[in-house]
Amino acid sequence: MQELSLHILDLVRNSIAAGATKVIISIYQKGNFLYISISDNGKGMDKDTLRSVESPFMTSRNTRKVGLGIPLFKAAAEQSGGTFEIESAENVGTRVTGSFGIDSIDRQPLGELYETVTALIISDPDINYELRLESTKDAYRMDTKEVKDVLGEVHITEPEVMEWIREHIKEGIRTVFGGVLNEVNSGIGRNQE
Amino acid sequence: MKSIQELEEIRNRMRDQMATREKSGGYRIVVGMATCGIAAGARPVMRALIEELQKRNRNDVPVTMTGCIGVCRLEPIVEVIAADGSKTTYVKMDENKARRVVAEHIINGNVCVDLTIGAAEKQAKSKE
Repeated sequence: MQELSLHILDLVRNSIAAGATKVIISIYQKGNFLYISISDNGKGMDKDTLRSVESPFMTSRNTRKVGLGIPLFKAAAEQSGGTFEIESAENVGTRVTGSFGIDSIDRQPLGELYETVTALIISDPDINYELRLESTKDAYRMDTKEVKDVLGEVHITEPEVMEWIREHIKEGIRTVFGGVLNEVNSGIGRNQE
Repeated sequence: MKSIQELEEIRNRMRDQMATREKSGGYRIVVGMATCGIAAGARPVMRALIEELQKRNRNDVPVTMTGCIGVCRLEPIVEVIAADGSKTTYVKMDENKARRVVAEHIINGNVCVDLTIGAAEKQAKSKE
């Protein structure tokens, strides 16, 4: 994975596979760390499954007996000096959290978060996604449930709506993380667009 | 900031157009979006498919994600499924190939044979 947004895509796909109808993607700054937390209301895991989930040899899939999504996310956090945590309760949901050393040279860039979120919406528009961004500078929030409420009978996957969401997220990233994360592809530093 | 008001304007515009929209050639597109697909570049492939469909006013063709298809070494993988259920599997995709599949397969109905899993397997065999 080349950017944190691709890990986010992978982890949200796990939530969807677990039957989630609501997924919260939360990205926030605390001191010198960037936290990424994905929480869902999917079917959750029992204690044994939870213990084995950090192993690359665990997967819920049948096509192959190796699952790399969570181990890769964990490795990306740890290589930047951060930590990884997973909490889950059966029939309640799962939360995966990683922290990333903002100034670590080994921290992957946040990347094109707006591409991750719009791809998720287009693929599974009935799931509600909430995106929360927060830094010491500012905070941002978008909930596709609220977007759908405004749209009424117009579908959220209409190209113009998707473009609005894409730009909305870009602006959110710029206001919240501009000057905090120094990156090119995450929508920061494209003020003239 | 992009405002809710702007979203409402989009809604009002789209509501008027909805009735006139043409429906479906019956294709749907599925992109492998498990860890293997994502790491191999499936997200920009999906983006290219959607962009190309929009450019050609074919928003009736749904593009969705699926999990691991089982041949991770050939990712990114895109499946085009026709109305009768027949499936074409495209492998080792990139953005340009994705645009080609939309133009040739979805729009004109011609399978891009050289991009299919069959062609990839044949090539692998001839190298052995």
